[in-house]
Amino acid sequence: MSNNPLHQFQINTIVPVEFAGIDASFTNSAVAMVATVAVVSIFLIMGMGSRALVPGRWQSMAELSYSFVADMVRDNVGNEGRKYFPIIFSLFMFILFGNFLGLLPYSFTFTSHVAVTFTLAMAVFIGVTLIGIARHGLHFFTFFVPGGVPAVMLPLLVPIEIISYLSRPVSLSIRLFANMTAGHTMMKVFAAFIVPLGFLGGWAPFAVDVALTGFEFLVAFLQAYVFAVLTCIYLNDSIHLH
Amino acid sequence: MPQLDVTTFAPQIVWLVITFLAMYFIMAKVALPRIAEVLDERQTRIDDNLAKAAALKVEAEQAAAAYEQSLAEARSKAQDEVKVVIDQANAAQAKAQEELAAKLDKKLAEAEARIADAKDKALANITEVSADVAKATVEKLSGVSVDDAAVNAAVAKAMEQN
Repeated sequence: MSNNPLHQFQINTIVPVEFAGIDASFTNSAVAMVATVAVVSIFLIMGMGSRALVPGRWQSMAELSYSFVADMVRDNVGNEGRKYFPIIFSLFMFILFGNFLGLLPYSFTFTSHVAVTFTLAMAVFIGVTLIGIARHGLHFFTFFVPGGVPAVMLPLLVPIEIISYLSRPVSLSIRLFANMTAGHTMMKVFAAFIVPLGFLGGWAPFAVDVALTGFEFLVAFLQAYVFAVLTCIYLNDSIHLH
Repeated sequence: MPQLDVTTFAPQIVWLVITFLAMYFIMAKVALPRIAEVLDERQTRIDDNLAKAAALKVEAEQAAAAYEQSLAEARSKAQDEVKVVIDQANAAQAKAQEELAAKLDKKLAEAEARIADAKDKALANITEVSADVAKATVEKLSGVSVDDAAVNAAVAKAMEQN
């Protein structure tokens, strides 16, 4: 084990694969992603196994995650959002369980990589833009013209609107990546102090790490929630424009 | 910083696409329909039971109303019957009283008739006795014998004046 706090983010190839000139190696990141999909699927499908009218604890949690995201979509997008509920649910659960599984010792947090978060954010950005254009045609571009503004101001405001729109995927991806990276780095930095400080002094960084662990669980949930809510808000913008 | 190692981008993105698509299809085709089905079923069941409860409540209210009505009917019927009985009793009593009164009146009338009879008889006797006494008194006092007819006339006249 290296004491470098960034070592935990190292991508290690497990099975080298090359497909059509693209490096598609199976890495520790891919293991975490596959594990996330497996855990979410087991959690939901086996949790609903009994299909009980009065749910047990496990089934309650599965139903709770469903209604949590369903309420989020309904509140932020409205009835038109029902169609997009599965994709937003998948996004939320994928990021949430990716974050949670990454908190297990010796595991890997794939959401701490900007390549992953930016791909997800770009997928959301492009998808939402295409939905907007498909629903409104060229009228969609009036989204960049704020209402009730004097015409003289438009040459200034329209570029600002466009820049703010284009920066959405950047902020969406950097927020998740930075939160996960910073939290895990902090935990590692404090953890590295525990043993060198000895039996007496080691308690202080250990206590900090205990607190940070709880905090990281909150951040893991919160970032998945923020990602899903912002996706809903962007979706709402392209469905309803202003 | 390993996150900025561009050579790791391609495998990450490839596996992200693979796993996320798998995730989406598992969610959309298997997991979410199951949960939705169970939630729908529960909602339907709850709605059904609520509707059933409402129907039963209406039924219970109807039964209570019918009970109240039959109770009221029975009460009024009983009151009517009691009234009939009381009326009959009153009528019978009145009739008996009337009969009794008539009987008493008749007896009273008879008694009065008898009394009047006795009085008349006594009065008739009084005239006779008075005539005798008057005749005897006149004879004793004056020594004159008066004839009966004159005495009777005088007595009758005196009695009339009384």
